[in-house]
Amino acid sequence: MSNHSSEANSHGSVGSYVTGFVLSVILTAIPFWMVMTHAFDNETTYISIVALAIVQIFVHLKYFLHLNFSENGKLDTYSFLFALMIIVMVVALSVWIIYASNAMMM
Amino acid sequence: MSTTHMNTHSAHDEHHDHEPAPYNVFGFWLYLMTDCLLFASVFATYAVLFMNTAGGVSGKDIFELDFVLVETAALLISSITYGFALLCAHNKNKGGTLAWLLVTFAMGVVFISMEIYEFHHLIVAGHGPQTSAFLTAFFTLVGTHGLHVTAGLIWMFIMMVEVAKTGLGGRTITRLSCLSLFWHFLDVIWICVFTVVYLMGKV
Repeated sequence: MSNHSSEANSHGSVGSYVTGFVLSVILTAIPFWMVMTHAFDNETTYISIVALAIVQIFVHLKYFLHLNFSENGKLDTYSFLFALMIIVMVVALSVWIIYASNAMMM
Repeated sequence: MSTTHMNTHSAHDEHHDHEPAPYNVFGFWLYLMTDCLLFASVFATYAVLFMNTAGGVSGKDIFELDFVLVETAALLISSITYGFALLCAHNKNKGGTLAWLLVTFAMGVVFISMEIYEFHHLIVAGHGPQTSAFLTAFFTLVGTHGLHVTAGLIWMFIMMVEVAKTGLGGRTITRLSCLSLFWHFLDVIWICVFTVVYLMGKV
């Protein structure tokens, strides 16, 4: 029975989908509003939209993709964390290398 | 680990037409992680090349945020409606599943039509992918996401036919669960696309 209820948790409920949806609408609206109205200076805007995107990604992972640390779900989460490490290395290191080489060519 | 195995096996006989097969869905999740790496390399390419406009247009000149906001809304709505479809499927509500899948499909079609319109508009205006490194990277990144959405739509159409014809058996639920991961995963990628490409390009 306990196995069954954790299984039910792993595919969410109407409430969790609605929570996720409302949060992601808010987290989408704020960065679009910031960029479209130019309400803040550029640096604040850059930092805010990146931070909001990261928060929104975690909202989607929790409420829509149902990542968790339960017995059934933790393998998914660990494989995601491994992929995340590779992604950060691929993107951050490529950008670092190319921008450093650009700077040296100037 | 061994107890988990035994539980899965003994539970298998009682539940085989009810719960999704856990290892099938996990295998599909691993495929999505490799797909993440594909997108990571395309994003890295874009981040490296987006300033190389070859004297042509930059993101500031060609992006229209109102348009992108509508695309984003269509994709976000399709995410929650797919969630409702999956919940209906778990409750063995065939009509509900089909109706929500149809709404999701329609939202996906809205998204992909808008993207094709945007691409067509850019190419007609002389800003095709061959114009500059920036535009090549832009078309590759946004186009790769668009191809995934198209594949998801084809898959969703097939699932609608399958649900309509065979009902909601265990195998169908497993397939719907995999498509759910795929569809929500594309939404996560789109968050990165609109932030990195459209919003940062327009700041």
